[in-house]
Amino acid sequence: MVMHEHTAKAFDVDLQELTRMVAEMGGLAEKQIADAVDALVRRDTESAARVVVADVALDDLQREIEERAVLTIARRQPMAVDLREIVGGMRVAGDLERIGDMAKNIGKRVSELSGDFHPQKLIRGVEHMSTLVLAQLKQVLDAYGSHDLDNALAVWKGDKEVDAMCTSLFRELLTYMMEDPRNITFCIHLMFCAKNIERMGDHATNIAETVYYMIEGRPIADKRPKGDTTVFAALDAVSAGE
Amino acid sequence: MNSMVQIKSHDVADASGAATKTKVVARGVNVHYGEKHALHDVNLDIPERSVTALIGPSGCGKSTFLRCINRMNDTIPIAKVTGKIEIDSRDIYDPTLDVVQLRANVGMVFQKPNPFPKSVYENVAYGPRIHGMATSKTDLDEIVTKSLKRAGLFEEVKDRLDDSGTGLSGGQQQRLCIARAIAVSPEVILMDEPCSALDPIATAKIEELMDELRENFTIIIVTHSMQQAARVSQRTAFFHLGYLVEEGSTEKMFTTPTDKRTQDYITGRFG
Repeated sequence: MVMHEHTAKAFDVDLQELTRMVAEMGGLAEKQIADAVDALVRRDTESAARVVVADVALDDLQREIEERAVLTIARRQPMAVDLREIVGGMRVAGDLERIGDMAKNIGKRVSELSGDFHPQKLIRGVEHMSTLVLAQLKQVLDAYGSHDLDNALAVWKGDKEVDAMCTSLFRELLTYMMEDPRNITFCIHLMFCAKNIERMGDHATNIAETVYYMIEGRPIADKRPKGDTTVFAALDAVSAGE
Repeated sequence: MNSMVQIKSHDVADASGAATKTKVVARGVNVHYGEKHALHDVNLDIPERSVTALIGPSGCGKSTFLRCINRMNDTIPIAKVTGKIEIDSRDIYDPTLDVVQLRANVGMVFQKPNPFPKSVYENVAYGPRIHGMATSKTDLDEIVTKSLKRAGLFEEVKDRLDDSGTGLSGGQQQRLCIARAIAVSPEVILMDEPCSALDPIATAKIEELMDELRENFTIIIVTHSMQQAARVSQRTAFFHLGYLVEEGSTEKMFTTPTDKRTQDYITGRFG
């Protein structure tokens, strides 16, 4: 649907600025994920520490977006599509802030991953998960910026693969931990890193839901396909060990 | 068992919502002012005991439509109304219908408060008296008190019922006009931008009042304030260039309107 400009031009400026700030936040969040995972792969504690510090920028931007959104609501009393645009912007900013927290958490764990036991295959697995999640995040941020319903729905449906990878990684780490208790510290940290990335994917699907709501004015009616079965995997492993 | 009970009560709730009786029915209503075709083929059902808001830019025909409902357009010599408007299934343009009785049944409140230059008491008592609704002074006192109370004004004016109505504040004058309108026990109340001359507090009082009055009356309000329409009404009809573009539940009209013109208007995109 072609949108005309508002009679009050300043309202358009307010909305554009809000969208721009959310997009900026999205760019920062993407960079944080990439940097955190890069630090993990290379076990580079210095760049991991930089990721931890840089998270403040995301927190600040989220606060600014919320203030701006509240001010715009108070000043313009937006209706229908405009109101959804503003509420949507706030929600997306919230998801991006959480994604930032998870990247920061990965950064914190890098320094804990000392020791000799570092199966590159597993770390590559986490890296591959992050590549998938980054692609999801990029696609959903594009969908947000261009109000693209198809792209949003594709992201919403595409989270399954990341979930499945997280489950299989979990199984593998479990076997390493059962083999030698000295591996446990490393494995637990790596598992948390993988879980963080899997949660980032969940936030990307949240954003897809928000984009859908912004465009359509109603929530997605379908059930989302789920691939994360870590809970059942754990039960399987326990019963297998008995 | 439990779930069956739940389903049942849910059905009843739905049924009661859908079973709301239609009070005013408009079918194929056209209005011409001389050469000008002001209203095109309007079809609208207005449910009883609810607030229906008519919105749209200036000159869109919403006030023209409102004025059809109590035949106020009869007072304009060049105005010609065709089509059908029924209240409780009775055609109000039936030539045998008593227009004075119709206007008692369909009260009206205007943009600018217009109390008679008489006392507060007389403003309210005038209608019931000429319609012979009171047989004694006690009867009339009771009607005046009840109407002022229903209009949320009694407490403020009870000690100065003999003072001039024009001496009240703007908001009080407007509530006096509402008391005057409801004194003759109408079933429908038409309000033509009733708050446009009032400050925010007086506006809030009138809006609160509308919410109470809709328990007993069918209210139709023309308003330029989208926020007001969203706050007070249950149904909203959007007029544009003499056409009824879209009507529906207020909730839907202000969140997910179907027509692009409605969306453009409520979001402030009309150029």
